[in-house]
Amino acid sequence: MNQLSILAQAAGESTQVGNPLVNIAIFLAFVGVTLVIVLRASKNNKTAADYYAGGRSFSGTQNGTAIAGDYLSAASFLGIVGAIAIQGYDGFLYSIGFLVAWLVALLLVAELLRNTGKFTMADVLSFRLKQRPVRIAAAISTLAVCVFYLLAQMAGAGALVSLLLGIDEKFGQSLVIVIVGALMILYVLVGGMKGTTWVQIIKACLLIAGALIMTVWTLALFGFNFSELLGKAAEVAGNPEILNPGMKYGVSETSKLDFISLALALVLGTAGLPHVLMRFYTVPTAKEARKSVVWAIWLIGAFYLFTLVLGFGAGALIGPERIQAAPGGVNSAAPLLAYELGGTVLLGLISAVAFATILAVVAGLTITAAASFAHDVYASVIAKGKSTPEKEMKVARRTVLVIGVFAIAGGIGAQGQNVAFLVALAFAVAASANLPTILYSLFWKGFKTRGAVWSMYGGLGSALLLIIISPVFSGSETSMIPSIDMAIFPLANPGIVSIPLAFFLGWLGSVTDKGVEDITKQAEMEVRSLTGVGAEKAVDH
Amino acid sequence: MSANPEHDVSAGVDFVKESQSEEFQELRKTHRSFVFPMAIFFLVWYFAYVLLADYFHDFMSIKVLGNINMGIVLGLLQFVSTFAITAAYVSFSNKKLDPKATKIRERLEREGVN
Repeated sequence: MNQLSILAQAAGESTQVGNPLVNIAIFLAFVGVTLVIVLRASKNNKTAADYYAGGRSFSGTQNGTAIAGDYLSAASFLGIVGAIAIQGYDGFLYSIGFLVAWLVALLLVAELLRNTGKFTMADVLSFRLKQRPVRIAAAISTLAVCVFYLLAQMAGAGALVSLLLGIDEKFGQSLVIVIVGALMILYVLVGGMKGTTWVQIIKACLLIAGALIMTVWTLALFGFNFSELLGKAAEVAGNPEILNPGMKYGVSETSKLDFISLALALVLGTAGLPHVLMRFYTVPTAKEARKSVVWAIWLIGAFYLFTLVLGFGAGALIGPERIQAAPGGVNSAAPLLAYELGGTVLLGLISAVAFATILAVVAGLTITAAASFAHDVYASVIAKGKSTPEKEMKVARRTVLVIGVFAIAGGIGAQGQNVAFLVALAFAVAASANLPTILYSLFWKGFKTRGAVWSMYGGLGSALLLIIISPVFSGSETSMIPSIDMAIFPLANPGIVSIPLAFFLGWLGSVTDKGVEDITKQAEMEVRSLTGVGAEKAVDH
Repeated sequence: MSANPEHDVSAGVDFVKESQSEEFQELRKTHRSFVFPMAIFFLVWYFAYVLLADYFHDFMSIKVLGNINMGIVLGLLQFVSTFAITAAYVSFSNKKLDPKATKIRERLEREGVN
C-alpha cells in the first residue's frame, strides 16, 4: 500500500507508451455499461434495507465478487506488481498479509455479524451495551477509517491520470478528479448499495480477467516454467537478492520492526474495515455471508498469485531500470508489462480497469460512511430513534453529497502529497479501534460499555497520535511535512503499539466498569449470532 | 424499518433460558472448538512466516527447486493453508454447525410466533 506515495509522486509527468484516447474510450465504455446497470438496479430502491444493504438480495457468489472488487484497490494492483518488480520478494509480503487477513473475517466475524446487525458495524457493537456512547464511538471510527481510505484513493486518482492518460498539468488532473468524484456521487446517490455492488462486481471481473490473461501470457513466454522466469528477473535486475526477502524491510532493525507492525495491522485490520463489514449485510443469510467470504478468499488469493507472476514478469521482461525511469516509476510496472505483451489495446484495458477500480472502491467507502452517519449518528443519536426511514435515507443521501464533495476537494488538495500513511493508518485504525471491540462483543460475556468506549477511542487516538509523531508525517524528505521534525516514534506503522493497547484498554475498561449490562440483550446477542434467529431477512419485491 | 413483517419473530423468545439450554451450549461449544484453535493456528503460522522473512534471510534464500527458494515456497504455502482452512471451515460448518443452528432457529421461530 506504500506504493500510493510513489503513485502520488508520479503526478506531474506523462506517459509515453500507449494511446490515451484508447484508454479513455475503454473507460467510458465501462462507465456507460455500469451506469445502465445502476439505473436499472435503482428502480427497486424503496426502503432503507434497499438503499444501505441492496435489499439483502445478493447471492454469496455475487457478494464475494463485490468484496474482491472492493478490496483489490488500484494500489494493490499497480503497487504490488511494481513493488515485486523493483524490490523483489518484499513486495510479495504485502499480498500474503492482505490474503491471510480474510481468515479472521471468515472464522470469527462475518456470519456472527450478519446475524446480529442490520446496516452498520455500530449495530453489532452497541447491541448489548449502552447505545449512545458505543454507537457514537463506532460511528467516529467508521468515519475516520473511511475518510483516510477515501483521501488516499482520490489522491492516487490524480497520479493515475498522469500515468495513464498523459494529462500532466495540475488543472487537467483536478478536472479528472472532479469527474471521477461526480460519477461516484451519481452511482451512490442513484444506485445505493445495489448500484455500488454491481459496479464492484463488474470491476472485479475485469480486473481479475485482465490479470489472468497477462499472467498466462507472461508464463507462456517462459514455457510455463516459473523458475526460469525468476532466473531471468534476477539476471535482468543484475541482483540475485531480488528473489530473497530483505531488500526493503531488511535494511535496519527499525525497518524489520516496522514490517512486523505492518503485518499485524494488515492481518487484523481487514476484518475491522467498515466498508468490508457492511458488505455482509447485502446477503440474505449468514450462510450466504460465509459463501461471500469463501468466494472473496478464492478470488483475492488467485489475484495475488497472479501479481507474483506479473511482478517478476515485469522485472524479467522490462527490468527494474526501465520501470523506474518510466513516468510513474514503480507503479508503471503493470501498465508497461501490459503494453509489452498486448500493445495499445491491452494497455488501454488495464488502464481503464485501474480507473474503474478507484471508482468502485471510492463508491463503497462513501456509502459506508453515509450509512454510518445517517443510521448511527443521525437516527440513533441526534433524532434519538424517532426518525423515520424516509428521513434517515434523506440524511444518508445528503451525507453522500457532502462526502463526495469532500473527497473531490481532498483529492485535489492531496495531489502530489505523500498519502501512503493514510492507507496504513486506515488499516491500523481498523485493527486497533474496531477489531478488539468486535471480537470482545462477539465472544466475551464480561465485555462492558466502558471497555468498548476506551478500546475504540484509545485505539483510534493512539494510532492517530503515533502517526503524527512518526517519520511519515514529518522529519524526513519523503514525509508529508518535510520542513518540520517532530518524529519521535521511529515506525511508519503504529499497529504494534496501538493494537495491543486497544485490546488491553477493552479488557481494563470492562473489569473496572461497575455498571451492569443488560443480561437479556447479552443472551439474545449470543443466541442470535450463532443461530440466526430474528436476523434481518431479504426484502421481497 | 425492515420491510419484512416477520422481523420481530424473536420477540417472544426467552433468550436467557435459551442461551443456557443444553442444546445451545452444545452448538456454542462446537463452534468455538473449531474457530478458536484454527484462528490461533493460522495466526501463529502467519507470524512464524513473517518472522522468518524478516529475520532469517539466509534460510529463506535457500534454493529448493531451480530458482525457487524457501521464501517463495513458504509464501505459497501461506496461500495453500489459507485455501485449506477456508475449505475445512466450510465443510465443518455444513456438517456440524448448520444442522444444529437450524434446529434451534426453527424451534425458536415456532415458539416466537405463539
